[in-house]
Amino acid sequence: MNFVINIITLGIPFSVALLLASLGEMFNQRAGIFNLGCEGIMAMGAFLGMLVPYAYGQGGATPGYFNVLGLLLATAVGALLGLFFGLSVITFKAPQGIAGIGLQMFGVGLAGTMFRHFIGGTQSVPGIGTAPVPLLSKIPVLGPMLFSNNVLVYIAFLLVPVSYWVLFKTQWGLKVRACGTFPGAADSLGIDVNRIRFQSLAVGGALAGLAGAYLSLCQAKMFSDEIIAGRGFIAVALVYFGYWNPVNIMWGALLFSLAQSFQFAIQAQGINFPYEFAVMLPYVLVIVTLAFSRDKKMQEPTALGIPFDREKRV
Amino acid sequence: MTKHNFTIYYKISIIILAILAALAMSAAVLLILGADVMKTYAVILFEPLKNKIEVTEVLVRAIPLSIIALGITVAYRSGIINIGAEGQMAMGILGTTSMALGLASAPIPPVLVIIISLVAGGITGGIWGFVPGILKAKFQVSELLSTVMLNYIAAQFYTFCLRGPLLDPAEMTTGSGTPQSMRLPKDLWLGRLLRGTRLHAGIFIALGLALLVYFLLWRTTYGYKMRAAGAGKKAARYGGINVGLYLTVSMVISGAFAGLAGGIEVLGLHHRAIEGITSGYGFSGIVVALFGALHPAGIVPASFFFGMLLVGADMTQRMVGVPANMIQVLEGIIILVIVSAQMVLGDTYLMDRLERRFVHKEAVK
Repeated sequence: MNFVINIITLGIPFSVALLLASLGEMFNQRAGIFNLGCEGIMAMGAFLGMLVPYAYGQGGATPGYFNVLGLLLATAVGALLGLFFGLSVITFKAPQGIAGIGLQMFGVGLAGTMFRHFIGGTQSVPGIGTAPVPLLSKIPVLGPMLFSNNVLVYIAFLLVPVSYWVLFKTQWGLKVRACGTFPGAADSLGIDVNRIRFQSLAVGGALAGLAGAYLSLCQAKMFSDEIIAGRGFIAVALVYFGYWNPVNIMWGALLFSLAQSFQFAIQAQGINFPYEFAVMLPYVLVIVTLAFSRDKKMQEPTALGIPFDREKRV
Repeated sequence: MTKHNFTIYYKISIIILAILAALAMSAAVLLILGADVMKTYAVILFEPLKNKIEVTEVLVRAIPLSIIALGITVAYRSGIINIGAEGQMAMGILGTTSMALGLASAPIPPVLVIIISLVAGGITGGIWGFVPGILKAKFQVSELLSTVMLNYIAAQFYTFCLRGPLLDPAEMTTGSGTPQSMRLPKDLWLGRLLRGTRLHAGIFIALGLALLVYFLLWRTTYGYKMRAAGAGKKAARYGGINVGLYLTVSMVISGAFAGLAGGIEVLGLHHRAIEGITSGYGFSGIVVALFGALHPAGIVPASFFFGMLLVGADMTQRMVGVPANMIQVLEGIIILVIVSAQMVLGDTYLMDRLERRFVHKEAVK
């Protein structure tokens, strides 16, 4: 029992970065853009998120608003990188898969380069601590599990209903979905398809940047080259896993982070199981679920990955 | 200005613009780092060519790059993008090293052992390429995702082997704890070509593979069918080509090339499996393949150029204080610029419109 509680208590904070990034990626894909560069944006977010509190931290005691500033910077740069990606895949109609690899290398490389240049070695930041919800956190078992987390954890899970509402109940959400399913029809109704796609890339990039900053400011409290460790790619896969629907994506994010926390839990239990195989587990899980989710492809936004061209009438 | 002339001018100007864009973007990054832009470019472009040692070092880097890029080209031409070369290379290293260590004391001539262990590396890499190939062909799993996941899995398996089954017994006794395999006996090393440099015979294998890929893709019906499957799935299927089969086979070939590249690195350069051999070669291979226009005749010079960038990046770290990671940023920029420029170059409609605007205007004058 304790073992299970341990896994869940660890797993919920782990899921936040995946959840934020895959919600962002969901907006991209709903608008028809396959953004494989998510990993790169997350890396930039992770570095910039910790850079501000690091640069202004006075002997470890960083005022809280520097953390907020770091989060904001990561979000803004994430949105900018999303737009930059749009320049390539929307304006120049570059193939999105390959361009995404380019963005990934650019982001991961730039974050690593700046990290070495401005900071040098491993440096930890105080980061953002937990904020237990009054009263609710006093509930036995559930309290420490669900209600004594980071502020960003609550925000991320709050974003699930919010993005559901945005996607399915607002006009902008309708436009986004139209641009991903039938851009030709959207265009004939006077919707500027490319503009909507740029907007969705900015939203997705902002969320990916925030997800990266969460990793460096709340989870690891430092930056390293391996901080993202493929979470950007897992986030892309999660969008497929979750039928392009925020609620399902949340369950997916939880499932994968539980697989991740499993590795720490068995270590804590002192079970003799090769550590490397435990680390593999989430990645194996992604491949297996992608292979056995054939019917989900029916719900794929039909224009996903296809650049919109007015002249081509599709 | 005739139409033909116009097309050429247009294409050349797009290419020049793309190069300028890439240079400007990397200059912007260098300015953020507060580096001397011109000096950094000068170090990257000229220092690696200054003396014999540096030039051979560039060639040493170009060997794995070209082999991996050739494999990626085979996959790309058949319509599947292989970004799993990193993992396939790691698996190839494991295959070659364990085979070479296993046969080291067997009564077989060393040349044969070298060949067998390189083949073993190719096979393990090929198996690692088969998985995403079959997943794409049978389950429509995007290879962009499955190959990346397999990279992480392979990386974990690689460190597991280096720390466990393949760990050098000497490391256990001396206890330095470096995760690395036993050193291969000297007669299993690929020969060095020049005294005092690290250039090894692997370069001939790389050139041979370039010829092989050219003949496979452009001189056999098998290659024709592969390229047909890549150029248009529906048309190929209509023409009676089993697209799924060609996808899978080309992915296996692609993985085998990456595995072979890993094996050659072990036998030719490091003489044992150590951590970090693959570092980035898999991803750089994609850039080399694209930069070489997905053709062996382009990939050979492109791999030399990127070998130069890799060596140059190490030098900028020492000479101008720009971290060597900068090379990854450059590669990212190059990919983005190449794919964008390619689409603009291939846009016949855009070209027609521009041509009408400029050619006809002059005619009126």
